[in-house]
Amino acid sequence: MKTTRRILSALAAFTLALSLTACGAKPAAQSSPNASSGAVYRTLDEIKQSGTVNIGVFSDKNPFGYVDENGAYQGYDVYFAERIGQDLGVKINYVSTEAANRVEYLETGKVDIILANFTVTAERAEKVDFALPYMNVALGVVSHDERVITDLDQIGADDSVIVITGTTAETYLIENYPNIKLQKFDTYANAKSAFENGGVAWANDNTEVIAFALQNSGYTVGIPSLGSQDTIAPAVSKGNESLLNWINDEIKSLAGENFFHKDYEATLTDTYGLDYEESLVVEGGVVAGNA
Amino acid sequence: MPDLGLEVLLKGKNMARLLGGLWVALRISLIAVAVSIPAGLLLGVVMTWKHPLIRALTRLYLEAIRILPQLVLLFLVFFGTTRVFGWDLSGELSSVIVFSLWGTAEMGDLVRGALESVPAHQYESAKALGLTERQTFLYVVIPQAARRLIPLSINLITRMIKTTSLVLMIGVVEMLKVAQQIIEANRMSSPNAAFGVYLTVFVLYFLACWPISLLAGHLEKKWG
Repeated sequence: MKTTRRILSALAAFTLALSLTACGAKPAAQSSPNASSGAVYRTLDEIKQSGTVNIGVFSDKNPFGYVDENGAYQGYDVYFAERIGQDLGVKINYVSTEAANRVEYLETGKVDIILANFTVTAERAEKVDFALPYMNVALGVVSHDERVITDLDQIGADDSVIVITGTTAETYLIENYPNIKLQKFDTYANAKSAFENGGVAWANDNTEVIAFALQNSGYTVGIPSLGSQDTIAPAVSKGNESLLNWINDEIKSLAGENFFHKDYEATLTDTYGLDYEESLVVEGGVVAGNA
Repeated sequence: MPDLGLEVLLKGKNMARLLGGLWVALRISLIAVAVSIPAGLLLGVVMTWKHPLIRALTRLYLEAIRILPQLVLLFLVFFGTTRVFGWDLSGELSSVIVFSLWGTAEMGDLVRGALESVPAHQYESAKALGLTERQTFLYVVIPQAARRLIPLSINLITRMIKTTSLVLMIGVVEMLKVAQQIIEANRMSSPNAAFGVYLTVFVLYFLACWPISLLAGHLEKKWG
């Protein structure tokens, strides 16, 4: 009798938990009617009126978005964010985001813009609206000098590849190499420590792995370009057209002053040198031929 | 002495930022503890009642909180309430709510366990001595239950402090996030900084939790 009741109550609790989770997930499917009524996001005018724009950036991804020793946000993404704030004429409230919660932040309107090294993918484009791109990216795999991985077939059955949860590298490997075991980490810092302390290979955006191998001796980028060539773009909540159009116009007009080249030179040359400038930077939202 | 990269902590305001992060973590956990202990004491007493409906409801609450990982609870409160109710709770408030709900549930269960662990003959002896129910509870049950409760609740409090490292997932910049920011900002100039910074984080967590353990030891001796 007692056991039955215990099982029953556990079941009931589980159902409650499930229904709570379901409540959390349900409105996602109905986000379009929600969005059209303006409930989720703030329009361009609302942002201007409030005097503050909420921009989600990475706070631990040097040199794209990081925090310097004085507590100020810095990096390639932040350089652009600063300009957006300046041209909108509002203050910027930076929100520290993780790879895994970027979409969620936009779906709930908790930030207005995500500028966190956000790679454009079809799957993400169903949930958020991407503006014009401002950077190129592909995937890359870095490994230790003693055992350079130049082809993913070299990954043995006992090896695992390190990825960061919610990144394109994770999705790509799951889809195309379902047999490779993945070791997943929530933050960049943790993935890096795990790789340095014995991980066989680390798959991430190629910019990341190139920078990592340039800065740390003992590592080689065995696979510099894997999968399709992708772009990085700002993203706004699904349906937030006024803000999206404003950002697109901004990106187009900034081409006149070669803004993103300046951005690269100010924030990325220390990491990549000038060699990668033309292949990484996208100016005016126009992706050059086969970059 | 190996290079621990400790010099990064001396750069700019880094050490102050790290301590600021510790303060955020402590603020969240201590407010939650302040809510959880009285609420948990009440819940624990209620959980010993025999009424089937009350039993089912408290059980439901406890199991729901236990089954869901804290990270899921944080996402439910931070993002879920925005989706469902349109509330725009801040990351810190969401954290306090989640940690209070969690602390109350766990504390309630500890209190229930401590109360039920007082053997039946204690109640019977008290009755035989002519104590009223109120007197039995005050002079016989509570002193014995409290002694069992102290080490368990201290364990819960320190666990709550350490679990605040999860709140970085909802944008709250606490100590661990500041540590990661410092390590990353200096990954070129001080590649070894991870050791030194994490070591410092370890020491700071220890310094935050140690006085609580000392207090617990003191109380146990005093009431034991």
